[in-house]
Amino acid sequence: MSTTPSELLAVMGSRELKDDTTVFAGVGVPLLAAALAQQRHAPKLTMVIEGGIIGPQIKPGRLPISTNEMRAAHRAQMLPGITDTFLFAQRGFLDYGFMGGAQIDQHGNINTSVVGGDYWKPKVRLPGTGGANDIASLCKEVIILTAHEKRRFVQKVDFVTSPAWLDGDGSRERAGLLFGGVSRVVTTLGILGFDPEHKRMRLDAVHPGVTVEQVRENTGFELLLASQVATTTPPTDDELTMLRALDPE
Amino acid sequence: MEAKPKSAGEKLTTLEDAASRVKDGDSVVAGGCLFSRTPLALVREILRQRRTGLTLCRNLMCTEGELMMAAGAVERVVTAWISIGLPWGVSKVMRHYVESGTVALEEWSHLAFGLRFRAAGMGVPFLPALTMLGSGLDVALLHVSRADRFGNCQIDGYPHMDADMARAATTVLVTTEELVTEEEIRRRPDRTVIPGFLVDALVLQPSGAYPHEVWGRYHADFEHFAEYTADIDARGVTMAVADYLARYVHAPATWDEYLELFGGERLKRAQDAARELVPGA
Repeated sequence: MSTTPSELLAVMGSRELKDDTTVFAGVGVPLLAAALAQQRHAPKLTMVIEGGIIGPQIKPGRLPISTNEMRAAHRAQMLPGITDTFLFAQRGFLDYGFMGGAQIDQHGNINTSVVGGDYWKPKVRLPGTGGANDIASLCKEVIILTAHEKRRFVQKVDFVTSPAWLDGDGSRERAGLLFGGVSRVVTTLGILGFDPEHKRMRLDAVHPGVTVEQVRENTGFELLLASQVATTTPPTDDELTMLRALDPE
Repeated sequence: MEAKPKSAGEKLTTLEDAASRVKDGDSVVAGGCLFSRTPLALVREILRQRRTGLTLCRNLMCTEGELMMAAGAVERVVTAWISIGLPWGVSKVMRHYVESGTVALEEWSHLAFGLRFRAAGMGVPFLPALTMLGSGLDVALLHVSRADRFGNCQIDGYPHMDADMARAATTVLVTTEELVTEEEIRRRPDRTVIPGFLVDALVLQPSGAYPHEVWGRYHADFEHFAEYTADIDARGVTMAVADYLARYVHAPATWDEYLELFGGERLKRAQDAARELVPGA
């Protein structure tokens, strides 16, 4: 079956989630990827949604567009309220934070607030953080799912909405963020990680048919390369069939 | 923190009277979240009374934030995120007012908002947190599932942050989908999340969040959002939203007349969709 870029992203993202873990999932592709993992290889995956929802099972064809609507709570186990849901993360109960991002830099920091100009009178005002800053600060491991475009992958973000490794070299810890950080960036071109020492983004794998050169051309900073850049396994018919049943659109 | 006046007495009143308790320049928080349980009947009445200089706080802001900006009611909004929802993209109305410097947008993280309301609700100046972190809320506008005439409130489905907001604000104005007897509240006290003595004014207003949603009662009207944004795309923010305010806020004298603009057919569809999603609610 042929695959659209967002289907590729959802399938590759879903494979990152292990069974019997907890995932704080944002709406859009992350939620779709978590729902696919739950249906396929991770039946004991507990989804947590920032509208204040624990343990929903997304109904195929009824994907919510907001974290605060009835469809997001289908067959949920608990509705603790928004603040208490985030406090579960602060207590260290969330294995994964699973989110998208508008602008991302070489240390994995994300900007969804302002582009250009002054903070109070920006050139472009984006919607803002929602729960992303909290998810990036408080989950044990953060996985980002995003389209891979040069205008998104910048040397330094205009504003740090959601902190990853800040400036690298231990700056996250020095800022008081005691655990967590971005581990993987899954994109439409490949899968990226970070070098352990300086926390700079590193290309670990490319998707089938994508070259390392292509990834470099679509990245606005100097990308590190793994000693062996792997090639991912393409989405299977089984994965795509399940995904399309979940989200026919 | 300063103690607020409180009473276990009757709270029932009209929308006009409840909204008149909001003063120009107040810091106002709206309950619910995004297009869920938004106190739209109160927001509409505040706009009809042409309040100005308000600060609107809401963790996730939707059409109510856009309308308050376009009506000139707010000079500052404090939020974690503003857009109608992902499918409608970045808000053109917000960009128009914020990028021109007409309205200041102050951004807090979602948890920081929650802890701000909880700290204020607990009567302490702050709470320690491992994420970014108040008080000073004059008025809370809330829309709940059911209440008795003394203002004891119950919320079905997501609690959002309403209970903390009610404890944090000096004045608490509530609209309710359903008015129940005192006995009914006393039979299920485990479901009460806001005690009556916190509430200053209560208005019975069925469908009081429409076209936003209320758990188990009616689904959000996405078609309406699409018509609203299509007009903004076609004619620009200023003209489209001015006409929207004239048609939906100022022309209908009452909330019932406002609902007639949508028609019973449409409301019924929204109710059926909600019952299907939350059977037995």
